[in-house]
Amino acid sequence: MDNQLYLSSSPHIHSGETTDKVMRLVIYALLPATLLSIYFFGLPALSVLLICTLGCLAFEALSCKLLKQPLTLSDGSAALTGILLALNLPPSTPWWLSLLGAAIAILIGKQVYGGLGYNPFNPALVARVVLLISFPVQMTSWTTPAPLGSGIDAVTAATPLGEMQTAVMLTGKLPELAISGYTDYLLGHMAGSVGEVSALALLLGGLFLLFKKIISWHIPVSFIGTVLVLGGIFWLVDAGRYPNPIFHLLTGGLLLGAFFMATDMVTSPVTCKGMLLFGCGCGLLTVLIRLFGGYPEGVSFAILLMNACTPLIDRYTRPKIYGQVEPQA
Amino acid sequence: MTTMKQKTFAGGLHPPDSKKYSAHKPIERCPLPDELIIPAAQHIGAPAEICVAVGERVKKGQVIAVAKGFVSVPIHASTSGEVIAVEPRLHPMGRPLPSVVIKPDGADQWDETLKGNDPEQLDAATLKNLIRDAGIVGLGGATFPAHVKLSPPQDKAIDTLILNGVECEPFLTADHRLMLEEAERIIDGIKILCKVLAVDKAIIGIEANKPDAIEYLRKECAPHQIQVQSLKVQYPQGAEKQLIDACTGRQVPSGGLPMDCGIVVQNVGTAAAISDAIRLGRPLVERITTITGPAVVEAKNLLIAIGTPLSHLVAQCGGLNGEPAKIIMGGPMMGQTQLSLEVPAIRGTSGLLIFREEDLPQMKAGPCIRCGRCISVCPIHLQPTTIAAYARLELVDEAADYHALDCIECGCCTYICPATLPLVQSIRHIKGGILAKRRKL
Repeated sequence: MDNQLYLSSSPHIHSGETTDKVMRLVIYALLPATLLSIYFFGLPALSVLLICTLGCLAFEALSCKLLKQPLTLSDGSAALTGILLALNLPPSTPWWLSLLGAAIAILIGKQVYGGLGYNPFNPALVARVVLLISFPVQMTSWTTPAPLGSGIDAVTAATPLGEMQTAVMLTGKLPELAISGYTDYLLGHMAGSVGEVSALALLLGGLFLLFKKIISWHIPVSFIGTVLVLGGIFWLVDAGRYPNPIFHLLTGGLLLGAFFMATDMVTSPVTCKGMLLFGCGCGLLTVLIRLFGGYPEGVSFAILLMNACTPLIDRYTRPKIYGQVEPQA
Repeated sequence: MTTMKQKTFAGGLHPPDSKKYSAHKPIERCPLPDELIIPAAQHIGAPAEICVAVGERVKKGQVIAVAKGFVSVPIHASTSGEVIAVEPRLHPMGRPLPSVVIKPDGADQWDETLKGNDPEQLDAATLKNLIRDAGIVGLGGATFPAHVKLSPPQDKAIDTLILNGVECEPFLTADHRLMLEEAERIIDGIKILCKVLAVDKAIIGIEANKPDAIEYLRKECAPHQIQVQSLKVQYPQGAEKQLIDACTGRQVPSGGLPMDCGIVVQNVGTAAAISDAIRLGRPLVERITTITGPAVVEAKNLLIAIGTPLSHLVAQCGGLNGEPAKIIMGGPMMGQTQLSLEVPAIRGTSGLLIFREEDLPQMKAGPCIRCGRCISVCPIHLQPTTIAAYARLELVDEAADYHALDCIECGCCTYICPATLPLVQSIRHIKGGILAKRRKL
């Protein structure tokens, strides 16, 4: 009997929390937005989702094989990256572009750094930005939603943010915005990426993650809060030129970014203070890019730039420890 | 004066407390085994020096090993009988250490020279000496000699005594039962401790999952100016530093001791043992231990003679329920695994917890996903994942810079880690490295 005893250093029990459980819950949280986008954009959205997800899984398996590492598909991170990537692409993305995105996300965004946990940048956003810069035409051809079974054909259209930027550039003024526009934004009835369209569905998923304690409030609140406050200041300064904060909140990828992309654990700070700083930085950059940048939407760039700051933020936001003795001045 | 509000500290977590198996079981006296194995090292500090020889007859409470130095206490025979061996025996620390093996004569006869005293008639110095001579150590599990804690230097003014009745380790219920059944001994011990320390403020801290003990002690303590503080169920509420923070809002300075913020902490079991030591003149030869875990047929709270082999305790609880895979002395968060059931229960044995293979968590460590949970649960507010990463690379100075030495090894980080990384284990490892490097300098 005695030679079959385990000897180990304490603790001897575990919470049962695992990485794959965390990833699975994030995927569940994305379901409302994913399903709604399939409803709004139909088969094109479904095919982007399938190609990205299966592509990410395939490239993950391929790199594990090439690097002679144990297969890591079961940790759920590759599938999650695939879904997030799909949600960040236009529904009209051609199949080869989706596949290329999956390859960039997994191979260049993640595996070259050593796989899960070691990548400095959010893999899905790396892929989106590489595609955006390399294939600007395909990546910015947006379509209006054509709900399944509605018989409506998808038409090419600009995103609300794109429309705004064009108008401001051409006339120096914001376009007129009907009040019904906001209801459409809230539900997701507008042109945009697969996953960024329904504010309500994203909020639902985000609240689920907060409730399940997968993410903490720090990043979403500071990110969105900064956008609202800063966007609000600009709006108060010149309401004719700058959109109001609610427009900022409901359009583009802010909610998707704040709840699902910026909160990516691997690429965001680990301390509460650091998360707040990170979120504020994301918000600041988003507003600046949206209002003054060359691109109508700035969430992806903002998050990636802040990803680069994460090690520095972690370094300077170390928590004060219990009973810390202040150095003698 | 009592407050109803539950106090707590920042950080920590709440593992399933698993106390229902033994919480309702009254303390039962465990019969003596065929032989008692009493090690000379049962406390933090210098081991005692064995002073009996094979063949000698000893009485219960007789000194069988004398204290060596200030941070040390004597060891006593736990029953009357014959010394049948003085040799190294397998110790809970995991290796054979000098021990006295006593064959009980069945009479369980106390040493007649042991006399009780009225604490009212004795001065603080005498009381402290009697506490040392009785071999009193911290019974919460740390086994730090009680008289050392009661001897703060002149410049450290102590104003508060905190009694630790938290018992935050899952499964363990020994202190809970003691508080329900032996309140008068605890209160008597507290009054002696207050006299020794010359303080008039005493707080008993109890976790809110023991409402019966809180209510009962509040009633019993009312006439004695002893405060009973209900504490939030949050592990490690019973860790000294966290208990002090929760009860008083003070923090022990990093690298310091409770006395640096005017506080002395003793376990409730220690207080009861101090009462026996003074009033009855009886040294520390027995304690209450919880025998529990899924591999034990009937969980119990046993009053055991120090030196009783674990196998005897298990037999007393109806034996084993399946093949044991892990034998833990203490609780599941901080207890030590044992090589065999033949090791003896010692003064620090607050519990015996036995798991079967199927009860053990499956740990397949993956990469850190930087979720930050270890940081949010760390009661010292360290960054366990960062220190553990430095530890894996043997970066001693970096780990020290991240305050690795402040780690109290409560295990919250490892418990919560979704990558199932052995975080506290890595930190323990590098703490050894930091101390070794400092010794060399």
